[in-house]
This record gives sequence, structure tokens and C-alpha cells, in this order.
Amino acid sequence: MRVKGDESSLALPLAAVFVAFFVAPLCILVVLSLHGEAAMRTWTAANYVKFFTDAFNYSILWQTLLLGVKATLVCLVFGYPIAWVCARSGARLQSIIVFLVIMPILTSVVVRTFAWIVILGRQGIINQVWLGLGAAEPLRLLYTETGVIMVLAQVQMPLMVLPILTVMSKIDPNLADASRVLGAGEWRTLWRVTIPLSLPGVIAGCILTYTACITAFVTQTLIGGARLIYMPLHIYQQAVGANNWPFAAAISVIFMVAVLVIVGILGAIGRRSETFARA
Amino acid sequence: MPAHRAFSGEVDTGSPQKMRQTQKAPSVDWDALSLRIVFGTLTIVAMVFLVAPTLIVLLTSLTASESLRFPPPGLSFRWYYALIDADQMQRAAWNSLVIAFWTTLISVVLGTGASLAIARSHARWLRAADLLFMSPLLLPALAFGFAALVYINRLGFSPNIPFLVLGHVVVCVPFILRTTVAALTQLDPALLDASQSLGASPWMTFRRVTLPLIAPGLGSGAFLAFMASFDNVPVSLFLADERTEVLPIHLWQQIDTNLDVRTAAASGLIIVFTLVLMIVTERMAGLTRQMR
Repeated sequence: MRVKGDESSLALPLAAVFVAFFVAPLCILVVLSLHGEAAMRTWTAANYVKFFTDAFNYSILWQTLLLGVKATLVCLVFGYPIAWVCARSGARLQSIIVFLVIMPILTSVVVRTFAWIVILGRQGIINQVWLGLGAAEPLRLLYTETGVIMVLAQVQMPLMVLPILTVMSKIDPNLADASRVLGAGEWRTLWRVTIPLSLPGVIAGCILTYTACITAFVTQTLIGGARLIYMPLHIYQQAVGANNWPFAAAISVIFMVAVLVIVGILGAIGRRSETFARA
Repeated sequence: MPAHRAFSGEVDTGSPQKMRQTQKAPSVDWDALSLRIVFGTLTIVAMVFLVAPTLIVLLTSLTASESLRFPPPGLSFRWYYALIDADQMQRAAWNSLVIAFWTTLISVVLGTGASLAIARSHARWLRAADLLFMSPLLLPALAFGFAALVYINRLGFSPNIPFLVLGHVVVCVPFILRTTVAALTQLDPALLDASQSLGASPWMTFRRVTLPLIAPGLGSGAFLAFMASFDNVPVSLFLADERTEVLPIHLWQQIDTNLDVRTAAASGLIIVFTLVLMIVTERMAGLTRQMR
């Protein structure tokens, strides 16, 4: 059909923009990372050797990947119950919950992080309560990993809740009823019916939350401060602070490959869980 | 449970185990209740955790004192009045609005075309293109921002506004594709056939049938793209020229250097602005339905 052919060509303008301004820059980045100097004259793998032989460098990568795991787990522990409660609520309460859940993600990330500085600081709300309870020393939350995890969990929670909610509201309620009629209790029904069936949403939520947490430059830097270095800040410091573009390019490539590998693994698990949920 | 054991339990209340058995059956379903209590508590804690920071910024920005303290000792709008003289902040806000406007406009035009292609055509290259278009959501935006700077440097240009807008389009267009493709796949193809068989041209069918029906999805996507551009730091950090300061980066520097209450007032304005846009989008396009 002629019309069909016409319609695939409607994607050409966006494809052209992406090739010229997304694929091409990333290719140049890879090429630059294989050179010793920004002028790109001699080919070398020195930047990669430097990254993986220096404990300082690869520990940053490891800490970043670990930070994502911790923040994603916090999001899951709180996000799953939100989706569960929301899926069981009436239409009106449901849209109020979704509205409140997406509000943080739409409010400027700088504003949200600023709010947390007011909350976590030495004279912040948490410490006022803490000292008011009779503690001698204020808690150190700002510029610590605990603080970063708390803030990331709040900022990225919607990315966990929404995919789970989407999948959960499509689960046939008869299945849970059947499980109860057959004598399984509520907890057993949750573990054996609801969680396995909502697994594709959980995996999708984990992928989105995880990648958002490890790449959250603003939150990591403002809450973590200059001493807690994660990969995005490391790239920025090498590119702008040290002006070492080839090395910054190599770190960027390593970080992107790491993200893609993790997304690939989680995606493969997600596809298996989907066939499981359908079976 | 065998009848004789239930009976014996009722008579012999001496053993604690039997006692629990007899009391459990007729009264409360502890199993269901405990699940509800655990999940309900976690939900309430999480909702407070989600909403509290926004409310705290709003209250702090209304403080009458010189310092950022919570709870504020007195309420006033003085820090909002102080924003009237904050020239640099106003310029940054204007830059951000202009950039977000152009980003959204270009993203809507290119994104609508691409969504139509993805939802309707079965061309094989589109499956790969779809993955490519969505990948900026997952890849570190800061690495892309740096790559774009390296790229335009190689081409012999220096950072400027058109490049900045293009960079924003790349990271904002996935939001439009997601909601618009979803709206298109729910569209009844019989409506398009009817329009065509009544003699409407493809353009006419698009304008009079398709566009009105996908408008809620497209509108929600456009709103998300606008906010993503208005809020973008990682790409702007590399692609904005020296003269063009954008609002989030300006605020960031304020927070990093001198934490004053004007920052809180500006944050308060951004929150109110976001909330108003959210409510408008919710009323007109059903934002919360589109996000699921």
C-alpha cells in the first residue's frame, strides 16, 4: 500500500536529527577516547589502561554502580506498596496518588535537591528533631552516601511506581480471588500470584530507576558534595576541571557501556519474566 | 480442621496452642490485616517522603527572617518581592523559557511524525530507530552533553543557542514519543478508513481525525518535554555559551555559593508554575492517565 510507505518516511526527519546530533557525537567520543590528545593525532588505548589500572578510577565506577543498587532497592521497598495500594483504590483516589507521585519528578531537580539541603543540613529539620530528642551530636546526612540515597529515592520514586502500576492494573483480579478461595492467605497470594504477575513492571521500573539514579549528576553532586565522587562528576571534572578531553571521553564510554550492559541484563530478565507471567 | 479437634479445643482451653486455634477462626483475619497495615504504612511513609520536600520549600520561601530556617519564625512575601530586582535570575529564567519553548516546538513536530511512523508502519528499520529514539532516557545525559561539545568543536563551531536547543530535543523527544505512540495504538483504524473512503486526503484525515484523537497524549508528552528542557542541567552545562545562563544552572550556583532565601523564593515560584501547568494538563489532557 502506498500510504504505508509514506508513513515510515515520517520518521526520517527525527532519524536525521538523531544521526547528525546523537549518533555522530557518540562516535566522535569513542574515537577521541582512543587518542592521547584532544587534537586526535596518534591512536592509543592508554586512557582505558589508565582507568582500569588505577584503583581510584575503577572504585568510582564500582561505587556508582553500587549506589544505583541501593537507591533502587529503597525505591522498590516503598514504590511497590504505593502501586499496590493505588491499584486497589477508586478512580479518584488513584489519580490523586498518581498526581502526587509524579509531582516531584516534574518539579525542577535543582529545587528538589535544594529542599533536601534544608531538610538534611546541620541545622536542618531532621537534626532539629534529633537534637530535640536529646542527642548530643547532630547527624551527618549532607555530603554522605546515606543522604544521597535518601534524596535519589525520593527524586526517582515515580519511575518505579508508574511501570508497576501499569502492569498491576492489568492483572485479572479473578486470579487473586481464585488464590484466596483455594485457601491461600493474603501474604501467600501476594508472593505467589501478585508479585510474579507484576514482575515485568518491577523490572521495567528497576531499569528506569537504576539508570536515572546512577546518572543523576545534579543530585549526586549537590548532596554528595565534592568529596563523594560518582561517575558523572568524574566525567565533568576531567572534561572541564582538568581539561583532559580524551580521558573524559574514555570515562564516558566506559560508563555508557556499563549502563547498556546492565540495561541489557535487566531487559533479558524482564523478557523472561513476561513469558513467565503469561504462562 | 476436623470437627472433633475444634470441639475439644473449645472444651480444653488449658493448652495455649489450642487456645489460639479457637480464637482465630471466628474473629479478625490477621493475615489480611497485617498485609494491609504493612503496605498501608509503607505507602503513607513514602507519600509523606515524596510530598514533604516541596511543601517545606514553599513554607521556607515565605519566611520573614534573613536566613533559611524551618519552621520560619514569621511569614511574609518579602523574598518574592526581592526577586523583582534579581536581574540575573530573571535573565536566566527568560533564557530557559525560550529554550524550552523552541525545544518543545521542534520535538512536537518531529516527534509526531516519528510516532505516526512507529505506530503504523511495519518497516524493519523503524524498530531499530525506535530503540535509538528512546535511548537518551537511559544513557547518561552528561556523557551525551560532553560528546555533543566535542562534536561541534570538531566541526569548528563553538556552543550556541541552536546547538543547545538541538541537544535538548535529543533528550526531550522520548517523552513525546512515549505518550503519542501509546495514544496512536489505541486509535480505532476504522475511523481512518471511514475518513479516507469519504474522500479526505491523508493530510485532511490527520488534521480532522487523528490529531484531535491523539491530542491528549501529544499534549501530555509536550508538557513533559517542556519541563525536561526547562530543568535540564547536564546538556546545558556543555552546550550553553558564556552569555546564555539557564535557570537551573544559575540556581545551582546560588545554592553552592551563597544559600540565600531568594533561592527559596525562586524555587517557590518554579513549584507554583509547575503545579499550575500540571493541573492545566491534567484537566485538558488527563496527564495522570497518560503517564500510565
